[in-house]
Amino acid sequence: MNSLVWMLAGLILMVVGGFASAFFGVRRSRYTRQIGAWSLAAGCAMAMIPSCQTLWSGVSVQLALPWPITLGTFHVGLDPLSAFFAIPICGLSFLGAFYGMEYLPSNSKATGFAWAGYNLLVASMLLVVLARQAILFLTAWEIMALASFFLVAFENERESVRRAAWLYLVAAHVSAAFVAALFFCLGHYTGSLDFDAWSGGSSLPSGIGTVIFFLALVGFGIKAGFWPFHIWLPEAHPAAPSHVSAVMSGVMIKTGIYGLVRVLTFFDTPPMSWGWTLVGIGITSGVLGVLYALAQSDLKRLLAYHSVENIGIIAIGLGLGCLGLSTGRSLLAFVGFAGGLLHVLNHAVFKGLLFLGAGSVLHATGIRNTNRLGGLLKAMPVTGRTFFIGSLAICGLPPLNGFVSEFLIYFGAYHGAVAFHSGLIVSCLAVVLGMALIGGLAAAAFTKAFGIVFLGEPRSREAAAAHEAGPAMRAAMTILAIFCPMIALLASSILQLMAPVLSTVLHVSAGVLTSQLEETVYFLNQIVMISLFFGMVAILLLLLRRSLPGAKNVESAVTWDCGYARPSARMQYTASSFAQPIKALFAFLLGSHSHLTPPRGILPQAIASFTSTAPDRVNERFYHPIFEAILKGLRRVRVLQHGEVQLYVLYVAMTLVALLIWCLR
Amino acid sequence: MISLSQTWMDGLLVMLMLTNLILLGASRLGHGIRLIAIQGALLGALPILGGQHGWTARMLFLAVITIGLKAVVFPWFLHRALRAGEARREDNPFVGHTASVLAGLVMLTVATCLSARLPTVGAGHSMLVMPVALFMILTGPFLITSRRKALSQILGYVVLENGMYAFGLVMLQDVPALVELGILLDAFVALFVMGAAVHQINREFDHMDADQLDSLKG
Repeated sequence: MNSLVWMLAGLILMVVGGFASAFFGVRRSRYTRQIGAWSLAAGCAMAMIPSCQTLWSGVSVQLALPWPITLGTFHVGLDPLSAFFAIPICGLSFLGAFYGMEYLPSNSKATGFAWAGYNLLVASMLLVVLARQAILFLTAWEIMALASFFLVAFENERESVRRAAWLYLVAAHVSAAFVAALFFCLGHYTGSLDFDAWSGGSSLPSGIGTVIFFLALVGFGIKAGFWPFHIWLPEAHPAAPSHVSAVMSGVMIKTGIYGLVRVLTFFDTPPMSWGWTLVGIGITSGVLGVLYALAQSDLKRLLAYHSVENIGIIAIGLGLGCLGLSTGRSLLAFVGFAGGLLHVLNHAVFKGLLFLGAGSVLHATGIRNTNRLGGLLKAMPVTGRTFFIGSLAICGLPPLNGFVSEFLIYFGAYHGAVAFHSGLIVSCLAVVLGMALIGGLAAAAFTKAFGIVFLGEPRSREAAAAHEAGPAMRAAMTILAIFCPMIALLASSILQLMAPVLSTVLHVSAGVLTSQLEETVYFLNQIVMISLFFGMVAILLLLLRRSLPGAKNVESAVTWDCGYARPSARMQYTASSFAQPIKALFAFLLGSHSHLTPPRGILPQAIASFTSTAPDRVNERFYHPIFEAILKGLRRVRVLQHGEVQLYVLYVAMTLVALLIWCLR
Repeated sequence: MISLSQTWMDGLLVMLMLTNLILLGASRLGHGIRLIAIQGALLGALPILGGQHGWTARMLFLAVITIGLKAVVFPWFLHRALRAGEARREDNPFVGHTASVLAGLVMLTVATCLSARLPTVGAGHSMLVMPVALFMILTGPFLITSRRKALSQILGYVVLENGMYAFGLVMLQDVPALVELGILLDAFVALFVMGAAVHQINREFDHMDADQLDSLKG
């Protein structure tokens, strides 16, 4: 039997289970959570098996069913590229479901609807990577946008959540509009809406290819969160329930990357300008994403900006790959795409982990503002340690998975920089510099996030009363944390498994890739081994320290405090004060506002205060004026929208009568 | 040679037209509901009395259901909504009652002109069916737009619905019974919802002036 039938059955199972959960949720049944989570888990397992098979064997399968919709056929396919994206979707959603079982409030009527939305979101993401036909793809894309919109709006009693959901809805539909334009453009020039018919995209008229690329860049870039289309991420991710943020940030935004890569496969050799554009967007997203992340004090908002950064790194990888394809340097093309795509997987693992960690902090304390947290490592040892591993991984430190993909991109950039090709040298040097800057700033940002939240003393009563998350939440985080070093240690085998994926993108057979693979893996293994050695040394030293006789009796005393006998938790470094030097250094890019009311006099009467915010400049300088102008322009039309029911009917009636008279004239 | 059924049919159609004109000039809501009931009964009788192929069981069945709904159930609903509210009269409509009747005459002229240009499908029918049906279809939206009370607007909707029913008689000789029943069910549900809505508007706002609903606008 066709393995796609299995996969589709899994999708149907999830959706049906989700709606059943909603039905039970309205009756406040005890089984709401169980039905939602277990149907999703079963569906994910059913979808995971064929995906792994396809990735393993490199054989793609297709299935076309009749679909009674104009221009539509239900054409789905599973090739290594789809499978590579489907696996993290299934895996992270699977873990997220069990996390969500404990995370979501169990006695609310809305819980069932949250499960329906979650299951629908996962099923639609899988359908997006499976679809091989424009109308089917757009349908799945739209279901994905709506399902995630309802999830973002889950806590809709809060004003800020409603605003975030609204912004997300607008962004998702602008994205859908561009993707639709892209598909109809391709359909117009090839005469078919089937992906198979588009693979010879290079035969298009010369200018059209670039138009298509830019439509894809905007349409898929909005979903992926490229700068300057990222503004919905820092609003929507904090608003959604945490396991949903993990899935949205970990895998949903990657469907944008999938779309972009899929469009790139339609072309044999992309022009140089595409690679430059991608590299440029990648560096901008990376640097600005991490800078804004550093300036945030909301933990989930900080993570959302880090998604922008990591999407930037992925874009840099894809850009280098494109440059390799256009200049005919197969090693550069290989490492570029391998690094970018592997970072998709890695980011799903560590960002999922970090969002789940932030969620369990939020669950335990009800606080997202890092300035009111602190000292949680003692109360939440599992959450704290897994968050620490995730932080190391996202900074790209060996021997964790973030390092592997970033290493591949560095490797490609160095390779390109020594090539005597003017177009390559500049961009590759920019990549090396940009990546170095991103890595350093990311380390600073996560030192801040981890240090302020988990170390020190609790800064509020809620933080002091924190408790560890439940067993399912802990299990989900632990599994993801184990994957971080695992992927790094198994990097060479994973790259071998990725060979069929890359051969789909690079249009060469998997066998040709082995020589490039060997060259890359050699360096990679060496560095992983060295860092593993140092890691072992560190662990040995730690064990040695534990076994020393003096390690057992720990005394607690106040910090040395210049003779002042009553230090309070408020005297610690805050998130803002930690980030201040870097913020000051990059003030010309960030443009953060601070407002200071200093104390006056020897015995100040009025309350002194200091606030600093880093509002997104793109939003302030670009989107806000545009939407104001649109609103102003439409003010004249809004006269028609007056709320008089009678006149609305009159419009309809007059239009119909006018049409009738016009037809019969 | 004009057959007997043709005479009957013309008579019914003229009466339909007249109820329409009276409805345009009626100010008391109770009066309007009675007119709607009469219109429903006339419409139900149309296929029986005007049919050329004799009576069939299906025809009778449909006629009974149509009359039952349009002449009994709908008016009963509307009366109930009327009793719940304070208003008995359409006091100052956007278009006055005399002007409405004049507008009705204009619409009748337009309907006659238009129907002359429309391709006729059901040959052998009365010449009047098409103009009357179009007249009713035009009257409906006119009533909806020119009246203030929500109940008058429902009356407008029913007239529109009746017009479409009459139009269906011309256009389609052999509509499957299921489709016709479906249309009736549609109208029934719509009316049910509207009746309930009027009831709620009454309860919440102490009036049923639909033109003041814009106070809900955000």
